[in-house]
Amino acid sequence: MTLKDIVDRCEALFEDTRFGAVRDWKAAAPGRKAIGYMPIYVPRELIHAAGMLPVGIFGGGDQLEVIQGDAYYQSYICRIPRSTLELGLTGRLDCLDGLLFPSICDVIRNLSGMWQVLFKDKYVKYLDLPQNYDDATGGSFYVREMQALREDLARLAGREISDAALNASIAVYNENRKAIRELYAYRAQKPWQAPTSEVYLVLRAGCVLPPEEHTRLVRAYLAAADAQQRPRRDNARVVLTGSFCEQPPLGLIKSIEIAGCYVVDDDFQLIQSWLLDEVPADGDPLQELSKAFLHRSASTASKYDEKKADKGQFLLRQVKTRGAEGVIFAAPSFCDPALLERPMLQEILARHGIPYTAFKYAENTGQMAPIREQAGTFADSIKLWSAA
Amino acid sequence: MSMSANPSGTTPVRMMPSSAAPKKPAAPVQKEDAMWLQKELVNGNYTELANARQLGKKVSATFVPGNLNELLMCFDFARSLPETNALQNGMRKKSGKMIMDAERDGHSEDVCTYVKADLGMMLQGQVGPTGEALPTPDVLLLSYTGCFTFMKWFELVRQKYDCETVMLHVPYQGEGHVTQSMRDYVVKQLKENVIPTLERVSGVRFDIDRLRQYMRESAKAEEDLVWTLQSAKRKPSPIDGYFGAVYYIGPIFTAFRGTPEATKFYATLRAEIEQRIRDGKGPITPEGEMPEEKYRLVVEGPPNWTSFREFWKMFYDEGAVVVASTYSKVGGVYDFGFRHDPDHPLESLAEYCLGCYTNLNFPQRIDMICKYMDEYQADGLLINSIKSCNSFSAGQLLILREVEKRTGKPAAFIESDLVDPRYFSAANIKNRLESYFQMIKQKRTAAGAH
Repeated sequence: MTLKDIVDRCEALFEDTRFGAVRDWKAAAPGRKAIGYMPIYVPRELIHAAGMLPVGIFGGGDQLEVIQGDAYYQSYICRIPRSTLELGLTGRLDCLDGLLFPSICDVIRNLSGMWQVLFKDKYVKYLDLPQNYDDATGGSFYVREMQALREDLARLAGREISDAALNASIAVYNENRKAIRELYAYRAQKPWQAPTSEVYLVLRAGCVLPPEEHTRLVRAYLAAADAQQRPRRDNARVVLTGSFCEQPPLGLIKSIEIAGCYVVDDDFQLIQSWLLDEVPADGDPLQELSKAFLHRSASTASKYDEKKADKGQFLLRQVKTRGAEGVIFAAPSFCDPALLERPMLQEILARHGIPYTAFKYAENTGQMAPIREQAGTFADSIKLWSAA
Repeated sequence: MSMSANPSGTTPVRMMPSSAAPKKPAAPVQKEDAMWLQKELVNGNYTELANARQLGKKVSATFVPGNLNELLMCFDFARSLPETNALQNGMRKKSGKMIMDAERDGHSEDVCTYVKADLGMMLQGQVGPTGEALPTPDVLLLSYTGCFTFMKWFELVRQKYDCETVMLHVPYQGEGHVTQSMRDYVVKQLKENVIPTLERVSGVRFDIDRLRQYMRESAKAEEDLVWTLQSAKRKPSPIDGYFGAVYYIGPIFTAFRGTPEATKFYATLRAEIEQRIRDGKGPITPEGEMPEEKYRLVVEGPPNWTSFREFWKMFYDEGAVVVASTYSKVGGVYDFGFRHDPDHPLESLAEYCLGCYTNLNFPQRIDMICKYMDEYQADGLLINSIKSCNSFSAGQLLILREVEKRTGKPAAFIESDLVDPRYFSAANIKNRLESYFQMIKQKRTAAGAH
């Protein structure tokens, strides 16, 4: 496949709000089931080990006209729950046999109950991720949560989910995470070769494809991107943060790049890189998934920082390891976690002399000129006036 | 038929409080004796906080839902509740500037105004609602019950003041019930994180018998509170279960649950309501006795604090009494049987936290409202949707539809904010309420005609 073929395929998957890939996967063999999940993180290994397809639901994007979903929400609520409801109420999510709502914020939490009321025939689970990181306390609770999910999925699948099956799925996802890490490392090294507008699409394909296929796709993209020489520009290298739930429109990512920024790290789809290293695939699988979550996972606004000193460390590491020159805070309007987190992170960046800029968006933001101007001014300020 | 203030998702009209109208001398506010007593308690707590350093007391801060007041008292903490500080500042018309100060300091206009009022108060020198300077807390007990914003709120305070923070993660009732796993998780955190931290910060050793004693007092007060709130099942209701209830819940939801003062307050309140029932009286309003009960409502959502009196007046002027509200359960749902249990103190604290109203899932919240509609013989449901509070507000339009569908009674929807005066549009709300009362009347007439 050529680079264009790969990117075109990913874009088609991204734009398909009817989830044709999921429907095709289900139709390929009788009795197949698919389980959706909302941002930020769920242990997809459990779904995979049940023989089901994990499907990432990140709202309706900028192409979906939201009519029914708006009738359920006031103007001061972000857009992702309304477009997700629109997807559900218009039958686009009929291909899902269940939907998981991990703890991310009050809006998504409440959406889990709304889903129970509106889609009574579907499996719905609110997955409480621990905010206590002690193995015996938060870990035990999380293992019990995962065990409950495992039993529910086993009932849906009509078969037990063995430890061996779970370990095999952990190995599959280890490989996928490894490929994602390679993709991120490559982009940070040669952002002109792997623009974020493409990397984003390659990642999004992971929401609807089986992990084995997605891993192959990521590697194919890496090979194809490296084979095609692209012009290198004197862009500002930035980390983009705050976009962990409702996603910006693709046009916004392109606008940032056109404005002179290379995005060298981001938090768009944290689930794919949430666990920072390999999860042992030969131990007690739930224990290992729990330990990875508690001790070796990404930071984000929905996750408690135990100590003041922990705040912002993950972001600082992103800046340092990716060689970034600045940070763009891009948060969805009315996103409480991201917008409440922002001043704390800005204070830390200021203390470290790292430039930043901030704006808000919605998944259907259409006017890109202000974003382009702001990102362009930011890139110029880095290039023209930074101490480097 | 529903009445939505926001069918198209438009932003409510923002209005600054008018300063042009000529001021008349205000009539003296009328209150029940218990309301005056409540005011004394609240003011007394602010004085204790202001003098905490001189008194050699350590200071804790925690949130209303899932507050562990009995536990904090075991360590002799003076107890601050930032939400209460914000609402008290709101009622005293001080919160508007605090919010704008916080926004000027970099906080988004989109986020919770309780948080911004609290941070704005700090920026203004931490002068509390009563004009006394409040001390920086020694410990932030992050009882993370039913609201994600709490977590960010205390992270922000910690960032500013470097306070010690202890997290109590209370799982959400996603499936509509409390499991043993959830209970065990909370108890384990209490034993291994919360109590050791409070011991270390306070220098006071934990005494479980002291906790039991406070919990005995809590249970007595809870009994009288429930009796009071349920007195609204009578016709006419002797109380207002929303506007009046915010005075009634004050002590038990804040720094007084477990104290003999709270027990006394609720006994006094109960006696007063008993007398009102004997006298056949309705609720007392700031302008005196309510003459006639014309409409009985259930209200979902917190009140607006910056125009509290004006908001209440829109109801009592029309003869509308709120007979039950969900907000009066935000610091503990007691009317379905839960009481703090001194025989199982930590398990009971866990159960309390897990059972707070905003920790209930949507089907539970809908069931609860429908039950209130039935048991309190309400004419309809009113939702006051609060811009600041996603925990309450996200999904309320579904609650409205479901309750209408299940009860066949009309529901209405208005929007305001907790403590941001820019989001209280009196004219809009008044119009909507008047139309709503008209609708109830018509529905009643139509029902009578059949």
